[in-house]
Amino acid sequence: MNTTKATRHVNQNEGLIFEKSSPGKAAWKLPPLDVPEVDVDVALGSSARKDLGEMPEVSEIEIIRHFTRLSTWNYAIDLGMYPLGSCTMKYNPRVNEVVVRLDRLANAHPYAPEKISQGAMRILRVLSDALIEITGMDTITLQPAAGAQGEMTGLLMVRAYHESKGNARKKVLIPDSAHGTNPATAAMVDYAVENLKSNERGTVDVSALASQMNEDVAALMLTNPNTLGVFEDEIHKIADILHAKGGLLYMDGANMNALVGKARPGDFGVDLMHLNLHKTFSTPHGGGGPGSGPVACKQILEPFLPSPVLISKPDGTLGFDYDRKQSVGRVRAFYGNFGMFVRALAYIFANGPDGLRQTTEDAVLNANYIRKGLTGTFDLPYSTPSMHEVVFSDKLQNKNGIKTMDLAKRLIDYGFHPYTTAFPLIVPGALMIEPTESESKEELDLFVEAMKSIAQEAQQNPQTILDAPHNTRISRLDETAAARKPILRWKRST
Amino acid sequence: MRYLPKSPGDREAMLRTIGAGSIDDLFSPIPAEYRLQRDLQIPRQMAESEIVDWFQQRARENGEGCTVFLGAGAYNHYRPVIIDSLVSRGEFLTSYTPYQAEISQGTLQAIFEFQSMICELTGMEVANASMYDGSTAAAEAIMMAVRVTGRNSAVIARSVHPEYQEVVKTYATHQGLPLNTVNFGENGRVDLQALEQAITDNTACVLIQSPNFFGTIEDVAAIADLAHSKGAMLVVSIAEAISLGIVKPPAEADIVAMEAQSFGVPLGFGGPYCGVLATREKFVRQLPGRLAGQTTDKNGNRGFVLTLATREQHIRREKATSNICTNQALVALMANIFMTVYGRVGLRELAKQNLAKAAYAADHFGREAKVLFAGAPRFHEFVVQTTEDPSVINSRLLGHKIVGGFPLKRAYPELGNASLWCCTELTTRSAIDTVCGLISEYEETAKTSEPRMQEVAQ
Repeated sequence: MNTTKATRHVNQNEGLIFEKSSPGKAAWKLPPLDVPEVDVDVALGSSARKDLGEMPEVSEIEIIRHFTRLSTWNYAIDLGMYPLGSCTMKYNPRVNEVVVRLDRLANAHPYAPEKISQGAMRILRVLSDALIEITGMDTITLQPAAGAQGEMTGLLMVRAYHESKGNARKKVLIPDSAHGTNPATAAMVDYAVENLKSNERGTVDVSALASQMNEDVAALMLTNPNTLGVFEDEIHKIADILHAKGGLLYMDGANMNALVGKARPGDFGVDLMHLNLHKTFSTPHGGGGPGSGPVACKQILEPFLPSPVLISKPDGTLGFDYDRKQSVGRVRAFYGNFGMFVRALAYIFANGPDGLRQTTEDAVLNANYIRKGLTGTFDLPYSTPSMHEVVFSDKLQNKNGIKTMDLAKRLIDYGFHPYTTAFPLIVPGALMIEPTESESKEELDLFVEAMKSIAQEAQQNPQTILDAPHNTRISRLDETAAARKPILRWKRST
Repeated sequence: MRYLPKSPGDREAMLRTIGAGSIDDLFSPIPAEYRLQRDLQIPRQMAESEIVDWFQQRARENGEGCTVFLGAGAYNHYRPVIIDSLVSRGEFLTSYTPYQAEISQGTLQAIFEFQSMICELTGMEVANASMYDGSTAAAEAIMMAVRVTGRNSAVIARSVHPEYQEVVKTYATHQGLPLNTVNFGENGRVDLQALEQAITDNTACVLIQSPNFFGTIEDVAAIADLAHSKGAMLVVSIAEAISLGIVKPPAEADIVAMEAQSFGVPLGFGGPYCGVLATREKFVRQLPGRLAGQTTDKNGNRGFVLTLATREQHIRREKATSNICTNQALVALMANIFMTVYGRVGLRELAKQNLAKAAYAADHFGREAKVLFAGAPRFHEFVVQTTEDPSVINSRLLGHKIVGGFPLKRAYPELGNASLWCCTELTTRSAIDTVCGLISEYEETAKTSEPRMQEVAQ
């Protein structure tokens, strides 16, 4: 191992919180009650609870140490490059975290009268306008809680649109390179999924599309750039084929980080799309969420937006319109993940038009730099130009018995988070690398050096890779045992 | 741009290495006619100080220092400061889904503890890592019941949060899933006779909320018996998690669909919040969402992994239990820390204060106006019926920096001039006394002017 980035991970032991609990310890203190106490048994009768079982009893310092120690077992963007393809792990600006905690934003009740919610609604409006301009669409809903829910909202709108024309249609076309949420979403809104094969360039096979397209097809769900990081350069033909038979073009905006400020889906024939504010617009991934999945669309789909819709009133104030006859309904309570809106808007302000364009350019520059650095060392199954991410395969390492997940585990020893493994499905043994714009040339050089070093190890000492990671607190975990006899909660051992 | 770690020289050097003449070469796969040749029309790049200033202005427009009596699915509780200290740690904030277990043990162990505490509190055997919110958790619970039972319809209590009902309807509409609603009785609880009639042998589940939207605690055991006697599952939605400190857990339920916002999550104008699903072990393979499980590494060390992934979209695609991918992890961590801070004794004491404040308030409101749904226990919300329209009352109260109860007319027109009031541990006695005094005045005026208005009308 010969890169300067390689490092040991923190190794402090820490048990489960339940193992630190003992009766009488406490981290809480309530003020004295200023109203008469209530006899719980009298007030609640048979609904009264007797005790809270094994809930922990610990002091404040123990809680601080517990979670601080746990935190040190996590890798994070703040520690280094996190090149998970299709996840866009970019820097999460700290000013976002400050403004979202401003008292009257953090403590705004969703049902507070409109008169004292104008500031919050102004944030919704300004963010909506910015996202509409960025996507080249006509209107937007911010309600969906994450990308997958955005997809569901979008397909519900597709269905409602077709129903309004008298025929809901039966199926949705999805390329074989698509993210798993796409087919899962289609199933949730009761559309059959029809697979669309990619061509030898890794893009949509336009002639196959033309032959599969008919009046039963409600929409094509297309990720662009697709999961190979390749821009669908025949997008205008794709849109024309769809539209000629009355179908709609839905774009999964997971890879919008390749386009912001450089190209707008609304300009190249997309009818509706979702954005992932936690990817493209820098809201923190938080160990798996929360996200936010606004859906932007063309005017023809506006009547079907989820209810309520933000409106400007004649007196210049903002309000919500709940009276939406053709709406697909509500997809979640209240108005969406407002905290993510605040953060995304702060990010847009920090960038402005020039910053957003430079961001996109740097994201694409970084991916191509890695591609250049690793081509030859790793197999590049599709030579089509890359945008914001590059997908290699483990083919060259297979002959030494090494698979993509093994390489990924070894990369951990070099101090990086692994890339996305084994996806997209059209590339057997995929290494899907998305550096984002947040990496310096120095960090990229270290990454390339680490990957090359691992490739060398694969030839010279494959066992080192198969046993990796070596420098973490724990080694590879037995996932089979975890699934066979699931232990999903702590229980006091008897 | 201050977030971008490159000098112009770096960019040039990198382009040279790649062999590209200019950055535009790298964008040549995008057909020229679709490449944007102008600046986006969005606000110009701002300094950090300007950003803070802009949001402070918006915060000011949001009204200042009001006493809030709103609940209705979003509750104002004190948030211990260590929650933000801990969730602001970059290792939690800026990591992602713990697919690489060896360098995600912090998130994984935290999820495992979260699942354990949710089980402890709800009386269920397994809980997932989180759902988007309480409303989508309820909708996913119904779809889960459909998969488990093979039946194809659901019964929903009208006393479930109206927005949760709307979300359930959105999810169910295209699943070919008919929904029957069941009304509430005089005491605000589910009408058991109507419920019995509504359940058929095609009913996958009954969805109730307890404490329900009116703050009334349902007779979960009796409803469970009814549902189970006809082979249907019982889904209990809990919108106010603090109630679990003092209200018997719905152990008779088959699925609990929760909103954990009350556990240390800011009101934040409605989100992000934290849904959770909990259920019986035997149903775990139909449970949507992520699950952390305990296992060991090759040296026998305890560790945690995401498990039973064959339920999920990235493996099963269109045959998955749900399309959910990103969840509410960081918000679940807030809830986790909150539950740890209050723990076995504190949660109970906290819930007791909420109960006492609402009992005091309901008693005093009852002297000025009509408090509906007596005769069944309630937690910290209650419905008040006034002579005047609550919206009129609320706009007057706003003049006194008080935000009154949530008007129920849109969802429950039959209740007339009713509104839903909430007190938590943060509601002071003096605020309750003040608002009761004002309501008393308004009612007095309204009652005396009403006959006169009628005379005028005649």
